[in-house]
Amino acid sequence: MTMEDLLTLGGRSIKSRLLIGTGKFASYSLMKKALEATQANIVTVALRRVDTGSKADNILEYIPKSCILMANTSGARNANEAVRIARLAKASGSGNWIKIEVVQDNKYLLPDNLETLKAVEILVKEGFIVLPYMSPDLSMAKRMEDAGAAAVMPLGAPIGSNRGIKTRELVEILVREIRVPVIVDAGLGSPSDACECLEMGCAAVLVNTAIAIARDPVGMARAFSEAVLAGRRAYRAGLASPASEASASSPLTGFLRDEAR
Amino acid sequence: MSYHDILLKHQELPSEKNFNAISAQAAERAICSGGDDAARLLALLAPAAEEFLEPMARAAHALTLQHFGRTMQIYTPMYLSNFCENECAYCGFNARNKMPRRTLTPAEVEKEARFIASTGIEHLLILTGDARVRSPLSYIKECVEILKKYFSSISAEIYALTEEEYADLARAGVDGLTLYQETYDETVYDRVHKSGPKKDYLFRLDAPERAARGGMRAVNVGALLGLSDWRREVFFLGLHARYLQDRYGDVEIGVSLPRLRPHTGNFKDVIATSDTNITQIIMALRLFLPRLGITLSTRESAELREHLLPLGITRMSAGSTTAVGGHTIEAPEGEDASQFVISDPRNVEEMKAMLVSKGYQPVMKDWMRI
Repeated sequence: MTMEDLLTLGGRSIKSRLLIGTGKFASYSLMKKALEATQANIVTVALRRVDTGSKADNILEYIPKSCILMANTSGARNANEAVRIARLAKASGSGNWIKIEVVQDNKYLLPDNLETLKAVEILVKEGFIVLPYMSPDLSMAKRMEDAGAAAVMPLGAPIGSNRGIKTRELVEILVREIRVPVIVDAGLGSPSDACECLEMGCAAVLVNTAIAIARDPVGMARAFSEAVLAGRRAYRAGLASPASEASASSPLTGFLRDEAR
Repeated sequence: MSYHDILLKHQELPSEKNFNAISAQAAERAICSGGDDAARLLALLAPAAEEFLEPMARAAHALTLQHFGRTMQIYTPMYLSNFCENECAYCGFNARNKMPRRTLTPAEVEKEARFIASTGIEHLLILTGDARVRSPLSYIKECVEILKKYFSSISAEIYALTEEEYADLARAGVDGLTLYQETYDETVYDRVHKSGPKKDYLFRLDAPERAARGGMRAVNVGALLGLSDWRREVFFLGLHARYLQDRYGDVEIGVSLPRLRPHTGNFKDVIATSDTNITQIIMALRLFLPRLGITLSTRESAELREHLLPLGITRMSAGSTTAVGGHTIEAPEGEDASQFVISDPRNVEEMKAMLVSKGYQPVMKDWMRI
């Protein structure tokens, strides 16, 4: 490939298509090593976890300065709470990238698309770069896109379940129909899952649990990073998959064009 | 509909006969099967499951790791008042106990807060006895107003309130409620709660649900192990947690499993729950409700707490004292005004160091008022 394959997101050119979540690690220093191993560009942090009062306990101290910090609204139960968390994040210097996470279901941690949409509408107007975590529903994804979301982040499987891209059929539809980047967030359990997402045309993936709770999180982070690269290369090379409409082959009936039809 | 209806419906199920009728195969199957039906909980708590503690431990550890990662939330209790109108047979604050009573003044609250916050604590649990005159809701709210300056999250373990009062407390800045039923057995409940407002079994049983309706984002229920047959108690505790989790999806439901400790009262009828039993209980609850928060208090020894840590525990207290003003106000010599004796006196730094050495991240802050 001659041109560098960058992901355009929120007006920025992003090199790494592996976004990393920061929960569940045994320590912040281990998390930092995992982030460094993947050369991650975008890192998400639950604002409710940020402890600015103590340097040793402040997660932000462990995030490489080269990363875009994307605060998330984990803990928000409705649009109103998500909006308040986003504003607090901005006010506390966490920038204007926000991953909206609205969950009213602590049993499965499935997102509430309707409340998420409401939060997208408000926060985009306030100038945030908004990435909504959502259930892969086409009409909702379209509404979020229309409202100005920078990407949509459908789940592959419930958060922390490590079950892989169980929602493949629905995510493929989003990949075909949604113009903003589709980033699979949640449920990916192994590097091959991440690879599969990229192969099918997803712009990126976000992984947390599978890396954080691996026996060797740094090694696993590296494995995910390589798998994401391989998946993206396969997609760009024109993998014959149902979602890869971008790879148009030379038309076999092109000669008929001369006929006025 | 209240949890009481579910409880009545299942009255006969957790009988000694039914527990003993669970076969080894049924117990083993329950470990792998998944699901939250009452029959599975029964099998996980049955004597037959004791044969499978090791596979239970592996499954419980894997689930805990998956859902909570290598993290442990830390909190500290702060006693605001020990005045109490109840005569609870098992409690050091029993109204009949001759002991020094006090309610912290706002200045004392601030002093305690400053000290606790200096140890790095962000999650605070405030406690009072059951005395609406001595520690009325207005007083608790006044304390919360002070405490908000120092802590990210404030939970309350106080006398049962009405739904409106819980909503009022939530608006004031309290985001979590801890309230133990103590025993789900109405007869035992009536016997050990000799007098006082707490004698009303139903008002207490429904309090966690009222708190969830009132807007608390975390609700913690519990049974005081030792008052009655633990298998039966934990069965009803597990169903209570499931009931709340199913109906109030946006509320984080947790349980506590305090075992009766010696105290300044005279309760001698403790029905023993062994270390093996408490281990089985924690694992059974983790397998039954994978996302359930489970708190292990300083009533347990340091050694046992460390062993139980990977099997399902999500929250631990550190730097605990059960005396009013116990962090900063020196008690006169020979005076004991604590609610119960703690077995793990380690301070916050020591607890954090232990967790780190075990490969766990101590989480000091996991919430913020928004």
